Amino acid sequence: MRLDFTLNNHPCRAEAPAHWTVLDLLRDGLALTATKYGCGEGVCGTCTVLLDGEPVRACLVLASRLRGRTLLTAEGLEDNGQPDRLQSAFARAGAAQCGFCTPGMLLSARALLAANPSPTEHDVREALAGNLCRCTGYTKIIEAVLAAAGAR
Amino acid sequence: MAYRVIGRSPPRADAWEKVRGRPIYAGDLAMAGMLHGKIVRSPYPSARIVKIDTSEARALPGVVAVLTHAEVPQNALRMELPGRMAEATAGAVLATQPVLAEDRVRFQGEPVAAIAAETPEIAAEAAERVRVEYEPLPGVYDPAEALKPGAPHVHEGGNLLRAWHIRKGDATEALARADVIVEKTYRTPFVDHVYLETETGIGWIDAEGTLVLRVSTQVLEHFRDVAEVLRLPHGKVRLEGAYLGGGFGGKEDVTVECLLGLLVWKTRRPVQLVFSREESFIGHGKRHPYLLRYKSGATRTGELVAMEVELVSDSGAYAALSPWVLLYSLVTATGPYRVPHVKVDAFTVYTNNPVASAYRTFGSIQTCIGYEGQMDALAAALSMDPLELREKNFLRKGDRIATGQVLESEPMLGETMRRAWQALGPPREGDGPVRVARGLAASFTPYGRMCWTRDSASAWVGMELDGSAVVRCAAPDVGGGQTSSLCSITAEVLGLPVEHVAAVGRDSHFTPRAGTTTATRQLFMSGNAVLKAAHEVRRHLVDQAAEMLEAAREDIELTEGRALVRGAPDRAIDFSALVKAATAAGRPVQALDKYDAPSAPTIDPITGQGKPFNDYTFGTQAVEVEVDEETGQTRVTKLAACYDVGQAINRQSAEGQIEGGAVQGLGHALLEEVVLEDGVSKNPHLLDYKIPTTLDAPEIITILLESGQGLGPFGAKGIGEPAMTPTPAAVMNAVTRAARAPLTRFPLTAERVLAALKSQSASKNPSPPSGERAG
Ligand code: FES
Ligand code: FES
Repeated sequence: MRLDFTLNNHPCRAEAPAHWTVLDLLRDGLALTATKYGCGEGVCGTCTVLLDGEPVRACLVLASRLRGRTLLTAEGLEDNGQPDRLQSAFARAGAAQCGFCTPGMLLSARALLAANPSPTEHDVREALAGNLCRCTGYTKIIEAVLAAAGAR
Repeated sequence: MAYRVIGRSPPRADAWEKVRGRPIYAGDLAMAGMLHGKIVRSPYPSARIVKIDTSEARALPGVVAVLTHAEVPQNALRMELPGRMAEATAGAVLATQPVLAEDRVRFQGEPVAAIAAETPEIAAEAAERVRVEYEPLPGVYDPAEALKPGAPHVHEGGNLLRAWHIRKGDATEALARADVIVEKTYRTPFVDHVYLETETGIGWIDAEGTLVLRVSTQVLEHFRDVAEVLRLPHGKVRLEGAYLGGGFGGKEDVTVECLLGLLVWKTRRPVQLVFSREESFIGHGKRHPYLLRYKSGATRTGELVAMEVELVSDSGAYAALSPWVLLYSLVTATGPYRVPHVKVDAFTVYTNNPVASAYRTFGSIQTCIGYEGQMDALAAALSMDPLELREKNFLRKGDRIATGQVLESEPMLGETMRRAWQALGPPREGDGPVRVARGLAASFTPYGRMCWTRDSASAWVGMELDGSAVVRCAAPDVGGGQTSSLCSITAEVLGLPVEHVAAVGRDSHFTPRAGTTTATRQLFMSGNAVLKAAHEVRRHLVDQAAEMLEAAREDIELTEGRALVRGAPDRAIDFSALVKAATAAGRPVQALDKYDAPSAPTIDPITGQGKPFNDYTFGTQAVEVEVDEETGQTRVTKLAACYDVGQAINRQSAEGQIEGGAVQGLGHALLEEVVLEDGVSKNPHLLDYKIPTTLDAPEIITILLESGQGLGPFGAKGIGEPAMTPTPAAVMNAVTRAARAPLTRFPLTAERVLAALKSQSASKNPSPPSGERAG
């Protein structure tokens, strides 16, 4: 099937088998590998992307649902080739250890800050509750999101 | 000592790649003509394989290979630390596991056939079409049952895989004289690593005909295992280490390597192999369940006099690293305490449960539950403050641990305990049905390998003509910042900004062998190797600068990428000119060096006496918990951790290890268990196997002490594994206080806590809660 949608701020035309999920399309069809496979069943959050600004699990959404919509992945976060506020805050806070959860975390955090520019620590915890991290204990991730919010 | 780079927190070079979502992991690379691998696994934990029929699978269009044991050149994977275990093994264990099962399977998930196909979908369909006829056999699913006469044998030769012992003094006699004795049994389950990146790799054959595997692994030396299995010269297999999406010991054993190598070698095409989350749950090594029986005796004034400990671990269906995990348990069994009389018997036993092997702390986390549970129980029996009891018995410099090894530096245990406890702040009252309580656990975890493995690591450091430096060292980076720390060490020694040092490689062919990123050894071992190499490069740079600046060597200072004469800052030369001049003069600007850890003979097989490890990391964690007495729901609200890390290399990375280790430990404490029914996993999915989320993780206060007494570079100790050791024990002690009834079986689920609460209210003589005094 043919798909026309907006991917990371650019028009995108892609071909995909009908059974493909957004995760399949990104990784296997478009070689955009920032979006990770962690469970394939909507639990771990490593495949989080923003569909029309809303965080969704790429492993659960069929690629056909992309038609005419806007998709943002971690590859699209940079600002003119420079890391954006959240990316910089994550790097500076030491929020990425193995880094496998990082792209998904960044996108959930971005959706949070778009809806709530000055979140409390608890808001951050709630917004990231669907993104598992096995390395960091979350402390520095939460610090990074609060720092990025403060930098606005 | 003031350092320019060491002890600070410059963002790690890999952090920028990671936040940009760059393709740095083993699963991110695709190649033209790449096939997709799929493994057919046994649904039975114990069965005979009557017949394997692959014809229907082979007939499927798009299927390129369907391999069974018959196609594996040498179908025996030896599970041992590469090349370094022979002496310690002493003929007792050389565990092997088939790459693909032949006539029988011993655990659910054991690989039986390997498929390569044009698409993942075709590979999956082919897997369905491999017809395996099984004849289920009686199995054994509990170590105690497995040791009974007449139990089915998992392997020929019986189910007892290995035993270790300590005999120091006369524990039985000393216990008879003790004023108080506390006797308790603790139980822990199988636990999964749940790294977010499942076992992953891609392989191909390069221009020289070498088999190349790019794998998520902690051990690049597994290239040898692949070569052995394929009967290839070792030099014909190359392992390239990608950044790992988490390891925690689970990527220490061979995961995809041999299966992937086989598929690539047979098809002569690139192949990608990614385990699904379910395969990761059932197909690969877990943390060992333990049964821990402790009997501790003390005098009326609280001096420990003796401990008797029996440990039984479930090795699962194959040996993997079980004997060595058990050895760590043996050495740490009595905790960081002076105990004059010790008897420890430790056993690891085969069952038809999942294979158990390495997992962060390597057998130290279970014993901490035992020895720290005992300290709180003894304190209650003596009506003594548990902190005071610990303080009285903590190991000090010059004391002997249970194996007789003398501690050569001050463990600072009392300070770590007091600092962690105080960091919890003023005590807090519960509210309504919510009880609030605190508890702590001190701990003791080795860093670096057993002394008799004669561990070593090599590294190369060299200057480039632009004045920057490069480090080559085959140390896999599991996410703890291993690579970045090597850059920091080089930058410190050479007087370079850390951004001017690049680490390249992590490759079994092209970078000097550094050994495994396991056993909390990489900073200690490769860190020292890099330190030595960097010092040699420094010597050459200083020589060259002294000549060019016409000054004495002693007066040359290297800083911020320049050499200058101390006291005369206008007499300076930058590294780019310096390196060019040195090169023109034929002076070396690079060095390959090797660090050998101090070695010692194996411990005595009967008494366990000897020097098992070169050094240990000591620390304490304290937690505050809320327990709902109506539901048994338990939450950890605050966690404070204090360790002597010797010297932080990257402060943020050291803190990150502790925060992450503690939250992983909280998962063990409250949530995590691989639920098995006769060897079959009931929860091989993240939906049913819960790990902590942002809402479960507490506020964490991390305190780093820096004694400078470690054996690593700049006096550093290792922290990766020690970070996790005391967490479950601390939570258990806090929940036991809140419930006013002992909790000894992990995880401490709401049901178990509720049962404890009920048993307490039903009991006529509830034991008094221990004091909440701050130390
Ligand atoms: S891979 Fe999509 S939620 Fe885990
Ligand atoms: S940094 Fe490893 S999973 Fe989050």
